[in-house]
Amino acid sequence: MCDTCGCSADSGAVLRKPGNSDYHVHVSESGHGDHHHEGHHDHEHRDHHHEKKSRTIALELDVLQKNNLLAERNRGYFEARNIFVLNFLSSPGSGKTSLLEKIIPLLQQHTAVAVIEGDQQTTNDAERIQALGVPVIQINTGSGCHLDALMINSAVKELELQDNSLLCIENVGNLVCPALFDLGEALKVVIISVTEGDDKPLKYPTMFHEADLCILNKIDLLPYVAFDVRKCRENAMRVNHHLEWFELSAKTGEGVGAWQEWIENKLKLR
Amino acid sequence: MHEMSIALSIVEAVEAKAREEGAERISGIDLVIGKLAGIEPESLKFCFSAAAKGTLSEEALLAIQEPEGVGACGECGKLFPVSFYYAECPDCRSLRITIVSGEEFVIQSITIEEQEGE
Repeated sequence: MCDTCGCSADSGAVLRKPGNSDYHVHVSESGHGDHHHEGHHDHEHRDHHHEKKSRTIALELDVLQKNNLLAERNRGYFEARNIFVLNFLSSPGSGKTSLLEKIIPLLQQHTAVAVIEGDQQTTNDAERIQALGVPVIQINTGSGCHLDALMINSAVKELELQDNSLLCIENVGNLVCPALFDLGEALKVVIISVTEGDDKPLKYPTMFHEADLCILNKIDLLPYVAFDVRKCRENAMRVNHHLEWFELSAKTGEGVGAWQEWIENKLKLR
Repeated sequence: MHEMSIALSIVEAVEAKAREEGAERISGIDLVIGKLAGIEPESLKFCFSAAAKGTLSEEALLAIQEPEGVGACGECGKLFPVSFYYAECPDCRSLRITIVSGEEFVIQSITIEEQEGE
């Protein structure tokens, strides 16, 4: 049972807003606030005295089709309103939120920005983003390990997005599962930090293969860690030779200008 | 553990089809999961048994085909087996490899049981 509203939903993602503990929407296919109750399937007693006929039916169905179709719907909506969407992916602690805190004030001068935050629990990240004065919504996935297209579809309905804006989606910190789920974004941005291993792209190749852009964060710490930037970049390029590459520090701001320019170019070109 | 949400979507998809066909239960599900699809078949089977509880596919057997990955070299065009995304062309040593197969993840078919004479 859901602790907040007392409904019978015992799992599934929940949308939250920072600073408003009453706001609470379950993600469901039938629209917000409408809890989806799974019907109880009575187990039918099989009559073993009758002959059973079995037959095989061809399906040829992509297992991720449902998510992919919904992601395309999201994508169409974003395209129609000229909203540029970036999906940020990394392990926990690579600095996704810090990077957003750094870049958003710089971009905001010319472009409206909104953020969707994904975490298993808490609205901590959404609170940090809200302090920047941009619209933000938190998705708490509960036991879920990734965001999916349905969660984004629901979250977008709760966010007042402006035409010609930038939407940043911060996925759940996880380098495995989110790689498989298209959300309808324009590009995927994978972030690694120099406090991780430089072989990360080889250890988690699916994520690096799916990404369009890789950001190496925390380069201000390079003097203190055994991290080989050249080797890491080489590893990333082995997995995905189309990957674009940036090195920066969200803390000191070093290298952020080049990435800002990249985003502004993308915003102009769309 | 994305396998759980994937198991649930498989159960949902086959349930819909089986009901459409008037099935009494689903006895088998044939899946194709490429070696590069990012899905662990064993983990999926484990999750499936939980996801299928109380549905038509509760007793269904999962038959999983796992096609090998195939890469195409962007330099010389050679096709060769790959087991990772960071493959290297065995002929020209190029790293500009495009995966052409091994990422498929498809429900191929289901076997349903129905009452004779219905």
